[in-house]
Amino acid sequence: MWVEKAKRVLTALAGAASMLGGTTASAEYGLNLHRGVTPISHEAYDLHMLIFWVCVAIGVVVFGAMFISIIRHRKSRGHQPAQFHESTTVEIIWTTIPFLILVGMAIPATKALVAMEDTRNSDLSIKVTGYQWKWGYDYIDSGVSFISSLATPRDQIENTAEKGEHYLLEVDKPLVVPVNKKVRLLITSNDVIHAWWVPQLGMKKDAIPGFVNEMWFRIDTEGTYRGQCAELCGKDHGFMPIVVVAKNEQDYNQWLAAQKAASDADAAAAGRDWSKAELMARGEKVYKANCAACHQAGGTGVPGAFPALKGSAVATGPKADHLKLVMNGRPGTAMAAFGGQLNDIEIAAVVTYERNAWGNDTGDMVQPSEVKAAR
Amino acid sequence: MNTATTHDAHHEEHQGGLLRWVFTTNHKDIGTLYLLFALLMFIVGGAMAMIIRAELFQPGLQFVDPQFFNSMTTMHALVMIFGAVMPAFVGLANWLIPMMIGAPDMALPRMNNWSFWILPFAFTMLLSTLFMEGGGPAGGWTLYPPLVLQTGNAFPFVIFSIHLMGISSIMGAINVIVTIVNMRAPGMTLMKMPLFVWTWLITAYLLIAVMPVLAGAVTMLLTDRFFDTSFFNAAGGGDPVMFQHIFWFFGHPEVYILILPAFGIVSQIIPTFARKPLFGYSSMVYATASIAFLSFIVWAHHMFTVGMPLAGELFFMYATMLIAVPTGVKVFNWVSTMWKGAMTFETPMLFAVGFVVMFTIGGFSGLMLAIAPVDFQYHDTYFVVAHFHYVLVTGAVFAIMGATYYWLPKWTGHMYDERLGKLHFWLSAIFVNILFFPQHFLGLAGMPRRIPDYSIQFTEFNQISSIGGFAFGLTQLLFVYIVIKTIRGGARATDRVWEGAHGLEWTLPSPPPYHSFQTAPEIK
Ligand SMILES: [Cu+2]
Repeated sequence: MWVEKAKRVLTALAGAASMLGGTTASAEYGLNLHRGVTPISHEAYDLHMLIFWVCVAIGVVVFGAMFISIIRHRKSRGHQPAQFHESTTVEIIWTTIPFLILVGMAIPATKALVAMEDTRNSDLSIKVTGYQWKWGYDYIDSGVSFISSLATPRDQIENTAEKGEHYLLEVDKPLVVPVNKKVRLLITSNDVIHAWWVPQLGMKKDAIPGFVNEMWFRIDTEGTYRGQCAELCGKDHGFMPIVVVAKNEQDYNQWLAAQKAASDADAAAAGRDWSKAELMARGEKVYKANCAACHQAGGTGVPGAFPALKGSAVATGPKADHLKLVMNGRPGTAMAAFGGQLNDIEIAAVVTYERNAWGNDTGDMVQPSEVKAAR
Repeated sequence: MNTATTHDAHHEEHQGGLLRWVFTTNHKDIGTLYLLFALLMFIVGGAMAMIIRAELFQPGLQFVDPQFFNSMTTMHALVMIFGAVMPAFVGLANWLIPMMIGAPDMALPRMNNWSFWILPFAFTMLLSTLFMEGGGPAGGWTLYPPLVLQTGNAFPFVIFSIHLMGISSIMGAINVIVTIVNMRAPGMTLMKMPLFVWTWLITAYLLIAVMPVLAGAVTMLLTDRFFDTSFFNAAGGGDPVMFQHIFWFFGHPEVYILILPAFGIVSQIIPTFARKPLFGYSSMVYATASIAFLSFIVWAHHMFTVGMPLAGELFFMYATMLIAVPTGVKVFNWVSTMWKGAMTFETPMLFAVGFVVMFTIGGFSGLMLAIAPVDFQYHDTYFVVAHFHYVLVTGAVFAIMGATYYWLPKWTGHMYDERLGKLHFWLSAIFVNILFFPQHFLGLAGMPRRIPDYSIQFTEFNQISSIGGFAFGLTQLLFVYIVIKTIRGGARATDRVWEGAHGLEWTLPSPPPYHSFQTAPEIK
């Protein structure tokens, strides 16, 4: 195993060396920026390479002169020090030339920037909401909305299971978009600042509570593209990935119709009374996806940071207070208001679960209709 | 000791033992305190970096939980910036400015004592937050709300310690300015001052301009948390991005506070070992002043992704690119100073040359980051981490180490061990590149900063980086050993110490008398 690892490290080093040598870039180890799959990402990549080579050229001249000097102008080689200094001509030259180079770089950069910030005439708008620590997507035109959170199992993170291919870059429900359409994202946040970033799409934008930012992309190839939250957002900042699946128009429409059907079914089911077993089963799922990151799978919390639910005053006290806390959150803490994130069934299920799991055994049940009434 | 016999009268003033250090108003004593404090904080901050690199050695969570990891990245930055690099520069200023301008001491010695002794309290308080309920601050050293408002009991202590550091910096800066303006020897006009003095004069003005801005910003955080104000709370009519604007209005000049004195140091060292005057003294002064001016109008390049209007993005991109011009002037000047000199490569020169090469690499990545449309890709990735460590570690820290080797013989009267010094340089230079160069690749490949765990594609370069990190960390113990060994003994240093050294500090004996210049020297 160690031999295998050492081999991979050596290959990576060789890859790095070959890139420095100006030959091929190793795609496997990701030495360079992704060229990406959108016009924006292509422009960013081209600019990146342009500036990189400009820097290399300047570096060759400056470091070249310096190393020639270091080798030739040594006291040990008997070199006598010249005493020249102060030359206005030289100073003017080495102020003007870099300035002109900068102007040369500013022109394409300005063009690219203007194009990137132009969010007009989009075909599709999706609202993106950052939560600690997951993403919410609302398809504004079609009413479909869902939460997308990390799908990597806990035991892979804790090194008790072999890590999968897309370790930490996999979600339960990806964002699905059509190819060759201008997709406009309206980005905001529900708690702290996050940033929505998929490298292959060439753009990142902060998700800021109380403000709505815009960005756009037009994906040219079908496929799955992965990214992460890029702005430190608390404990699980490293565990809120983004997955975008780009489908052709027909597949996309099929997917959208299926989503609508599923949410209609949920809305219908919210009207009936649920059995305790149903609520507990659904509640466990909801708890794992939304609550376990802080309160832990066993309801034990993290002393000093996140309160325990097992045997807690809230989870074993009055039902109405518990429900209110889950729906409205606790301002100024990491406890979010789940009223806006989860539907009636999910809230009913998770509160029922919390009041009966881990020996809390209150025997209480919360029905979706009660949640609806509490809204 | 024999060199100090002429100053017996003054020796009666200072007390023996520990109290000497508590009550001292002497610029050399206070300089020593600052430098030792900085060294201690460098070790503390370095230990935190080792924890970070250990956790990042492999994907998965191994040693620490994510919350503690975040408090390590936060504390590492606060300790290194405010505890190691800034106090080290103030220590150098204390030791050197009076000797360089021909003054007996700093102008405001009592304030000098106070500005140092605030620091141990500030940092004891800051570090103690790690043991408080809810842990230390974990929202990043930039303290962005609303995240920072989720800090546990540590929050008010962090804010108060930042207030204290600010007060200390402002007092230090006032002292530097008053000393330079009033206490120069007759004949030393501004344009005859050594560049280290010039860069510190400009740095001191930057400090006075921006530390109050930071203090104001963190005070607003405090009232948002405890007194229900809504400066940065959108729900109450405030704006979380406003904090970022205020913070970076402090933060960008702060970047130059951390590097301008380093420019000064390198501009002292290179002419000495090239045995040739600095190529363009006045253009170096003007370049420093232009960089300082530009540093006030580029702050929003740290926040290209917050959703500024296009005009704002364009302005901050152009202004930021412009900084490359005076910075380039500096690099060209150093190279031209070396050109056709008669160079020798003692340890200080090695660090200075290492500085020029690696700071320039950091400058290149800085130029790349200035280009807003590509910064959308680089922002908040390891590419940024690599960039600022090249300018701060191989930039500021290398300059401080070079300065230590350069002036240590003057301060102690003993030569350091040249063989060990060179070994320290070469090990540092090799390992620091193994540590930070692969982070460029990680960032470009898409690894965000401030994450405790990463997807498996980033494993190899993280391992290389961690190995470089551990080796670089261990190498610095060699530095501590060399410094202690030199303080305790070693070959006698001559007054001039270096064959090519020019400047008033080299006309004093090694070690210099307790009060540097009793009678002001005459400058022709
Ligand atoms: Cu986030």
